[in-house]
Amino acid sequence: MLRAYSAFIYLFLYAPIALIVVFSFNSGNNASDFQGFGIDWYFKAANNSLMLAALENSIIVAATSSVLATVMGTMAAIALQNVRGPLRVVFDGLTYIAIMVPGIVIGIATLIALVTTFDAANTVLASIWPGEAPPKLSLGYGSIIAAHTLFAMALVIIIVRARIAGMDRSLIEASADLYADPMATFRQVTLPQLMPGIVAGFLLSFTFSFDDFVIAFFVAGSKNTLPIYVFSSIRRGVTPEINAIGTAVMLFSLTALITAQVLLRRGSKQGR
Amino acid sequence: MTTAALKEKRRQGRWNALLLAPSGLWYLMLLILPLIVILVYSVGERAPTGGYQAGFTFDNYLNIGARWTAFKNTLLLAPTGTLICLLAGYPLAYFLAVKANPRTRLFLLILVVVPFWTSFLIRTYAWMFILGGRGLPHLLELIGIEGVRFINTPFAVLVGIVYAYLPLMVFPIFVSLEKLDKRLLEASDDLGASPFATFRQITLPLSAPGMITGCMLVFILLMGEYLIPQMLGGGKVFFIGNALVDLFLQSLNWPFGSACAMALVFIMMVTVGLYLKATRATGGRDVSLM
Repeated sequence: MLRAYSAFIYLFLYAPIALIVVFSFNSGNNASDFQGFGIDWYFKAANNSLMLAALENSIIVAATSSVLATVMGTMAAIALQNVRGPLRVVFDGLTYIAIMVPGIVIGIATLIALVTTFDAANTVLASIWPGEAPPKLSLGYGSIIAAHTLFAMALVIIIVRARIAGMDRSLIEASADLYADPMATFRQVTLPQLMPGIVAGFLLSFTFSFDDFVIAFFVAGSKNTLPIYVFSSIRRGVTPEINAIGTAVMLFSLTALITAQVLLRRGSKQGR
Repeated sequence: MTTAALKEKRRQGRWNALLLAPSGLWYLMLLILPLIVILVYSVGERAPTGGYQAGFTFDNYLNIGARWTAFKNTLLLAPTGTLICLLAGYPLAYFLAVKANPRTRLFLLILVVVPFWTSFLIRTYAWMFILGGRGLPHLLELIGIEGVRFINTPFAVLVGIVYAYLPLMVFPIFVSLEKLDKRLLEASDDLGASPFATFRQITLPLSAPGMITGCMLVFILLMGEYLIPQMLGGGKVFFIGNALVDLFLQSLNWPFGSACAMALVFIMMVTVGLYLKATRATGGRDVSLM
């Protein structure tokens, strides 16, 4: 019975996706009537410059913010295992808050904080700038990356800390007993053990950023990310092009997931 | 303590400070500061042309009743959605961790997680398609059931919720069930416990950390949900998130929007705080997200 139930859940999870994929090959103009097989909509999407620009923005934002988040979050997680007292409490509290505060509130709060800061900064810049056209701070890549990094970093801290908690500490002691200096111990013992956590954190960060609509919606300014583009297209009316874009995005994610798995396997074999 | 040990300790302290500096700065600039700004705005006044004007009033908070429907919908559907995810996800996690063939286990788990990797928007849009007028209702008409409407109802929103967040619930439960020492189950069986008793007294309590993490994750995301009610609830079933978008981007009432946002954060903190306290009180160690 458990088996049948699980099969049903898999059906529930995949039927809608299958539907999107099937209809992306619809040659007709109507999104909900299958009129024949064709890949016209993929060509349409591939030549859609707005979509391509949004895709490029999404990749830049996701890559930058996930790298930043992974590096800073891993650093923090490693330090936090040795920190006690108020600093630890404050940091843990902030990590909780960063995760718990809904994305929509983060988006709004970042928006109004940045707009307020930029307004003030631009006034100052304009008054001290010697030339004619002073540089203006505005929303864009920077603000999306910064806001995405916040959430992703908290995620990395939590994942890597969980990994540290489950780590075999006796190995570190053994390494120290064998006269490895702390740096060597870190590189040869700690880091390989933390690696699955770090990679998982990175992948989650990338996915989160690539997929996030609501934070970017507020802080993107004039920049479009792919989810923002897709959302506004759906609003304008459903076309099979959305199905084609969706299928392509799913394929992209799948490739990333498989690559990550392969890398993880290879990495853990080398570690031994 | 010897001087050498003290020196080592100080060196360690400097290292830690260095390692924590970037994330600390990020938290300060992009979390603490924005939250302070929103707190300040929430007691301010709306400028005549929209936006914010300095002031000190609690009117915005007293006025929250004006958006009561959004709060009611969120507080009703977010816990309901979390509960359905738990009930629907647990058997699958159990199947994967305990019953599934170890050879195919990883593959089956990846299959659960993959949808979570695909665009949230596209997945929700798929249900717009299925539940919309030309989808299921159309099929039902063909077999003679007419006048059924799914889209723009709480039901559609719940379907969207379960569909979107089920993987997030299954994964942590799977992890905690997989870590479970299978010898405990054998021991329980050897001691004559029925399978149900073993499940209730060993499996269920030991998977509590996973369930709690899963519920926290799903609930947290649901409280701030915007896309699912927007796409599957139409204008009819809206959450606090939808009210916030309206207040900030359409009506440009930043102070009132800030007050609603603060109220949302407050409700979440209280709920999660109570939850953590309850789990600690029942003796669950390490059940937090950390």
